[in-house]
Amino acid sequence: MTPSLWTRLSNPSHFMRWSGALVPWLTALSLAVLAVGLYQTFYVVPPDYQQGETVRIMYIHVPAAWLGVFFYGAMSVSAIGTLVWRHPLADVAQRAAAPIGAAFTLICLVTGSLWGKPMWGTYWVWDARLTSMLVLFLIYCGIIALWRTLEDPNRAARAVAILTLVGAVNLPIIKFSVNWWSTLHQPASILRMGGSTIDPSMLYPLLVMIAAATLGGTTLHLYTMRTEIMRRRVRTLTIREAERLDRTQPRITPQPSGGLPVGQPV
Amino acid sequence: MDLGSHGGFILAAYAFTVLVMAALVGNAIRDRRTQVRTLKGFGEDRR
Repeated sequence: MTPSLWTRLSNPSHFMRWSGALVPWLTALSLAVLAVGLYQTFYVVPPDYQQGETVRIMYIHVPAAWLGVFFYGAMSVSAIGTLVWRHPLADVAQRAAAPIGAAFTLICLVTGSLWGKPMWGTYWVWDARLTSMLVLFLIYCGIIALWRTLEDPNRAARAVAILTLVGAVNLPIIKFSVNWWSTLHQPASILRMGGSTIDPSMLYPLLVMIAAATLGGTTLHLYTMRTEIMRRRVRTLTIREAERLDRTQPRITPQPSGGLPVGQPV
Repeated sequence: MDLGSHGGFILAAYAFTVLVMAALVGNAIRDRRTQVRTLKGFGEDRR
C-alpha cells in the first residue's frame, strides 16, 4: 500500500526536504505582501472620520490578534495529533508555534493599549475581550514554561498537549466576548453576519496586512519547525554518543575490601 | 507624512512591533545556527 500524500508530507525527513525548498520563496512572498500592505497603510488609507490617524494602529493590531488566536488554534489541532496519533511532527509543530503565537498576542495587547489611550482615555480596562486576550498570553507563557520544566520530551509533549486543549476553551470566549458581554472593545467588524462594517478603502489594505502577517508567521513557523527537528536529531546523537562512550569505558567493579565487619569500631 | 497629535502612539505601536518581530526572527536564526553547528560536530550537514 502506498502512503497517502498527507503521510508523506508529514514524515519528518520529507518535511525537511519540501519545507527547505519552500521557506525562501515564502519569505520573499511575505516581504513583498508586507511592503504593499505598509505602503497602503501609510499612503493610501484615509484617516478615520472619528479616530483620525490613530486608525493606522489597526493595521498591526488586528493581524497580531488574528495570528495570536490562529497559532493557538493550530496548536490545539497539533495537540490532538500528539495525543491521538502520537505523531512526532505534531509535537514539533506545537512546540515551534508557541513562542510565535505568544509574540503576536503580546503585540496585540501592547498595540491595543497604545490605541486605547488616545481613543478611550485609558491604556487598560478589565473588559472581557482584553482580559481573555491577556489570559491567552498567560496560557502561552504557561505552555512554554511547562516545556522547559519537563526534561523528557515525550512526557512534556503529552502534558503540553493536555494543557493546550484545556486552554482552547478560551478561543470561543475571545471571539464572542464582545457579543456576550457589554465591552468597551468594539464588536466584530470584519467576520460578522451581514458582512464587514469597515469601508472598503480601509478594509482591503487591512486584508493585505492580515495576509502578510499570516504568510510571515507561517514562514517563521516552518523555519522554527525545521530547527526543532534538528534539535531532536542533536539530542538523539548526543545520547548515542554517550552510550558509545559508556560501552568503550572499562568497567570498574568494586573490590571487596575484606576489611572490618559492619558495625565495628575502627 | 503628518500623523497628527497622536503620532507618538502610532510610532510607539509600530516600533514595539518591529522590536518584538526582530527579537523573534533573530532568536530563530541564532537557534538554527547553534543546531547546525552542533550537527556538523557530529559529522552531519543538514540545513
